[in-house]
Amino acid sequence: MMLAFEFTGWWVSALKVLIAAIVVPTCAAIAVYLFLFKLISFMQSRLGPMEAGPHGTAQLLAEVAKWLQKEDIIPDAADKKLFKLPPFIILGTTFLMFVVIPAGPTAVVSSLPAGIFYVLAVSSISVIGVLIAGWASSNKYALMGGIRAAGQLIAYELPMVLAVLGVVIQAGTLNLQEIVYQQSGGEIFGWSGIGNPYILTQLVGFLIFMVAVQAELGQTPFDMPVAESEVVGGYLVEYTGIRFLVFFLSEFAGAVGFSAIAATLFLGGWNLPDSWGISRGLMHFIGPIVILTKAMALTGVIFWVRFSMPRLREDQLQKFAWKFLIPASLLNIAVTAVLKVVL
Amino acid sequence: MTAITDRQKLAYIAGQAADARVNIELETEGMTLNMGPQHPATHGTLRIVAKLDGEQVIAADPIMGYMHRGYEKLAEVRTYAQVTTLVNRIDWLGSFANEVPFILASEQLMGIEAPPRAQWIRTLLFELSRVANIILFLGDMAVQLGALTPVFFAFRDREHVLNQIESATGGRFHPNFDRIGGIKDDLPKGWLAETKATMANVRKFCDEMEELVMGSQIFEARTRGIGVIPPDVAQQYGLSGANLRASGVDWDIRRDNNIGLVYDKLDWKVWTHTDGDSFARFWVRMQETREACNMIEQLCDGVPSGPIMAKVPRIIKVPAGEAFVSTENPLGEMGYYIVSQGDLTPFRVKIRTASFNNVSITPWILRGVYVPDIITILASLYFILGDIDR
Repeated sequence: MMLAFEFTGWWVSALKVLIAAIVVPTCAAIAVYLFLFKLISFMQSRLGPMEAGPHGTAQLLAEVAKWLQKEDIIPDAADKKLFKLPPFIILGTTFLMFVVIPAGPTAVVSSLPAGIFYVLAVSSISVIGVLIAGWASSNKYALMGGIRAAGQLIAYELPMVLAVLGVVIQAGTLNLQEIVYQQSGGEIFGWSGIGNPYILTQLVGFLIFMVAVQAELGQTPFDMPVAESEVVGGYLVEYTGIRFLVFFLSEFAGAVGFSAIAATLFLGGWNLPDSWGISRGLMHFIGPIVILTKAMALTGVIFWVRFSMPRLREDQLQKFAWKFLIPASLLNIAVTAVLKVVL
Repeated sequence: MTAITDRQKLAYIAGQAADARVNIELETEGMTLNMGPQHPATHGTLRIVAKLDGEQVIAADPIMGYMHRGYEKLAEVRTYAQVTTLVNRIDWLGSFANEVPFILASEQLMGIEAPPRAQWIRTLLFELSRVANIILFLGDMAVQLGALTPVFFAFRDREHVLNQIESATGGRFHPNFDRIGGIKDDLPKGWLAETKATMANVRKFCDEMEELVMGSQIFEARTRGIGVIPPDVAQQYGLSGANLRASGVDWDIRRDNNIGLVYDKLDWKVWTHTDGDSFARFWVRMQETREACNMIEQLCDGVPSGPIMAKVPRIIKVPAGEAFVSTENPLGEMGYYIVSQGDLTPFRVKIRTASFNNVSITPWILRGVYVPDIITILASLYFILGDIDR
């Protein structure tokens, strides 16, 4: 089967960038509608938006239109140049994360040999954006939020990396595409009915990864950086209009991005088990749907937790990371390594 | 003996050091954080000026008066019947409870006693407004701690209680139903049965909150041991209501100093907790909501028949004298000190509200805590701005 992706040339890259530029906001929009608007509404025994479009499906468009019309306020005391920068740093980070996530046999912007390493490295750039936002706003709440965010993102970077390490040891590669193939081609004690998704062998790693994702995204049990009842939105407090919109969308795009990575690492990614006998050609088309479904399911879990838990305190959060998550993930690595050698 | 925690001691030392511009451990510069009057966590226009060292509070001052409406002065130019309209707006979540002590004090001055049926209905509506008030606290405490869902449940189930209040009095928020010598109207037909059914709903809500909020480990981690008020300090600052009982002081005006309401005819229990922390305050309020459900059911069963108004002159002139009556309102002790000189209007009305005293403890209790704990403590002290600033 011949596909356009197999040609080479500058326009292939351009096409990929274009597709990514459409796919990322679309994913974010789906997540916003499904979870922020509807899931939370049903949890809270209300309907959510119902007016814009059937069942409020066009609500996000309406909101975006509203935000675009708003005045772009920059505080007098703010560091003007720095203040304008952070939304786009964070959005850029989120886009960069999508670069290596495979959505099909060839549907990946760039299949780097050290893909997972790249993702983890790139995702931590957002700390800089958050810190700049907190500092440049020249607002005490923003500063506190920014400092909290920095401490939190750095603390939870570590368990995330360590949780991924278990998968890397088991798969023996850093390439995300390879990790996907290993899961779909593997077998569990000689039974290959569902391949070998790493969630089964790396359950501890999966849980740690999801907790760390929750913290990286600043979702509720770990949302002190933006805690609205304490620091009134934290580093977001001075942002309005399009800059807030960019922050907002990159948060949701980030949620989908991290979920897609978790789905790739632990749930078999875009591929379906080899034993189901689906041809590679068909997977070109099914793959994106499969990864999107898995990623959305995980995003749903993230938001489900977000809307049912109270918030931890900053010191409790740090304690949880350093005293529980990191030792647990180190133990996970040790056990994985030993089993890898023994088996 | 005043118990001071180690944190408070350290904060005091840090405060002294900050004032003397000597830093004890690190070269850190303090920061003054102004929370409010438009901060979402102060639910109203309370302003807290907190001196911080990092995230630790060295000193905190509550500043109030942004919503002062001068009710004490306004009451002096209104007849006794008109004052209830004003005082409805003091604690706007449980409005009916604000009217009762004023009417009771006026009745005391006039030497009138309401007929038994009116007393029972008063007590019934009093407890209903307690439920309407505290339900919102149970949800609000969670939303202050970051859990968004419980507060929606609270609003949903509070609606049933408000419907009952509305169908009996005609007003959802401001019933203005209490009159000197009795109450305005009799209860509508079938109201008592409906109210009893509503109480089942409230119980279900309490169970839900117990699972959703109190059952959460994060909630416990955020509230246990935070904002501990020892019993002696609580009494020194004049705390009342659930805040006092959560510190282990067994004092409830409904039981210990009951005037004009029928609590002595009911079978109920005063709940106390020995911890005195934010969790205890939440727990005591939840138990009180359940207890109020019990009381309302008993009241519904026991309302006697008879008139709802005593014989009262058409033009109410209160004889000269002074009276103070306080009741156990949802937020704590609320009382009116009325001075009359025999006119149509009171000569002076002094309103003692619970929230004013409950908030006045904040400088003591906030010293040494972290910024997120300010929110926990303020939420658990549970004040209504209208109740502070009258």
